[in-house]
Amino acid sequence: MVKIEAILQPSKLDAVKEALLEAGIEGMTILEARGHGRQKGHTEFYRGNEYTVDLLPKIKIEMFVKDDLKDKAVEAILATARTGRIGDGKIFISHIDEAIRIRNDERGESVL
Amino acid sequence: MSRCGIKLLFLSALLAIPAMAMAQPTAAATQAQIAALQQAVDANKIAAAAAQSAADNAWMLVSAALVLLMTGPGLALFYGGLVRKKNILGTMMQSFAMMGLVTILWAVAGYSLAFGHGNWFIGGFEHLFLRGVSLTPNADYAATIPEQTFMIYQLMFAIITPALITGAFAERMKFSAMAIFLSLWSLVVYCPMAHMVWGSDGFLSLNNVHAPLPSLDFAGGTVVHITSGVSALVCCLYLGKRIGYPHTKMQPHSMVLSFIGACMLWVGWFGFNAGSALNAGPLATSAFINTHFAAAAAAVGWSIAEWIHNGKPTALGAISGAVAGLVAITPASGFVQPFSALAIGLAAGLFCFFMVFMVKKFFGYDDSLDAFGVHGAGGTLGALLTGLFATSAINAAFGKNAAGSPNPTGAMDGHWGQLLNQSAGVGFAWSISIVGTLLLLLLVDKLVGLRVAPEDEARGLDLSQHDEEGYDLNS
Repeated sequence: MVKIEAILQPSKLDAVKEALLEAGIEGMTILEARGHGRQKGHTEFYRGNEYTVDLLPKIKIEMFVKDDLKDKAVEAILATARTGRIGDGKIFISHIDEAIRIRNDERGESVL
Repeated sequence: MSRCGIKLLFLSALLAIPAMAMAQPTAAATQAQIAALQQAVDANKIAAAAAQSAADNAWMLVSAALVLLMTGPGLALFYGGLVRKKNILGTMMQSFAMMGLVTILWAVAGYSLAFGHGNWFIGGFEHLFLRGVSLTPNADYAATIPEQTFMIYQLMFAIITPALITGAFAERMKFSAMAIFLSLWSLVVYCPMAHMVWGSDGFLSLNNVHAPLPSLDFAGGTVVHITSGVSALVCCLYLGKRIGYPHTKMQPHSMVLSFIGACMLWVGWFGFNAGSALNAGPLATSAFINTHFAAAAAAVGWSIAEWIHNGKPTALGAISGAVAGLVAITPASGFVQPFSALAIGLAAGLFCFFMVFMVKKFFGYDDSLDAFGVHGAGGTLGALLTGLFATSAINAAFGKNAAGSPNPTGAMDGHWGQLLNQSAGVGFAWSISIVGTLLLLLLVDKLVGLRVAPEDEARGLDLSQHDEEGYDLNS
């Protein structure tokens, strides 16, 4: 089992979600987030006062998938979320030790 | 009586006369005809006066409502959008509180102090508790509308003026201190200034034929905008900066709200300026057009200045410019030609841009929402330019000479002395605002303290002053 966390441009959410569903991913959690990486921010002016906005709106997708779906999920995200410019986001993958379904105490990969 | 009824009456009187004349051409009959005709003419006069009164009153009641709309929701939205979201209710409540408090004060004493007979500087107590303020006109001010209409119309000005000040001390003043300070301010600064400039015996007033320094202020450049703007400057200097200013990010939380508010101010200003004609005649049209022209020119002026200076025009710049133009045209609106209004607006847009972008930054005061930079600066500029552009072709404010031609009003008419009168008006407005505001701030500071505690400022006025939040999108 792996956890895939992807941070995306908000405008790419719909395309990524559809591609993931097509790839066979059945569940995901989507968070509206703010943050920045190397993109840093931009400058805004209000009556001459300059403000640097360094936390930008982002979307974070979290999903837990079986090992054999990992590559397909990553490919789906790469194919749909990329614009080629700074700020496209990142994907992080980590191993999951256990998954438990609360409803019936079921455990293991079958929970996913 | 309807217009149709009047016509019928007149027509029947005219028809009756020759008919009677043919039947009985005697002296007695002629007398009767003349009497009937006289009666018809008299009835016609009364009907015409009633019709004019009804028309004027309709416009003035609408104008009064428009001016109230400027405070709530207009100004409340404009200011509310410009603060951080933790302060939106606190900011809107400051404007709304004036709608309640000043109304009560106005009924009790304010109207009397502003428009009762008194001396050069302040009205007397004749209208305390609105005594004698009836549904018949008060010819000192407006001969065709009920005095109560005049009273409620002027109340709306008394409400918005202190509300404008709240922009200077936004995000950091206690609600209690604000309520006491602005209530007292309306009696100590606003009412005397209104009396001096508009009262029937004020020494700057056009309504006083013996005024030594008749200052032209059609709708409140000195009375409303200089008093509020200069008092705002005193407030922000006395209270000090918001914690973290100017290094912490304090950007407007909703330009959309501010945008809606500013557009409401623009529309409401038609009631403010065109209503100040106090009737529905051509002078109201002149003020209406001038108001609109100045707002448009100032929005363009500020935007161009910002475009050149910062590389991009902003929505906040455009609406701030419009408000600056509306402020500057206020004293001039019933005295100048439309193209003068365009010039005044353009000048105001550029000047207020300069005050907000350069002067404020240079001195470093935290006039949080630019009440001084827009209202104080724009009001002063407008009051002076009124003396320059005023013309008797629009408004023969100084009556007519022996030959029957109107006396010149402003410098463009050849009356350069008016610039001196305008300066006197401006000087007194600045003086009473500085002295009055400073004394009241000292008093209220002693009584309850002006500023919220630092932790309350950090939490925001909504929670710390009202125990509620403007936005709870999870509920």
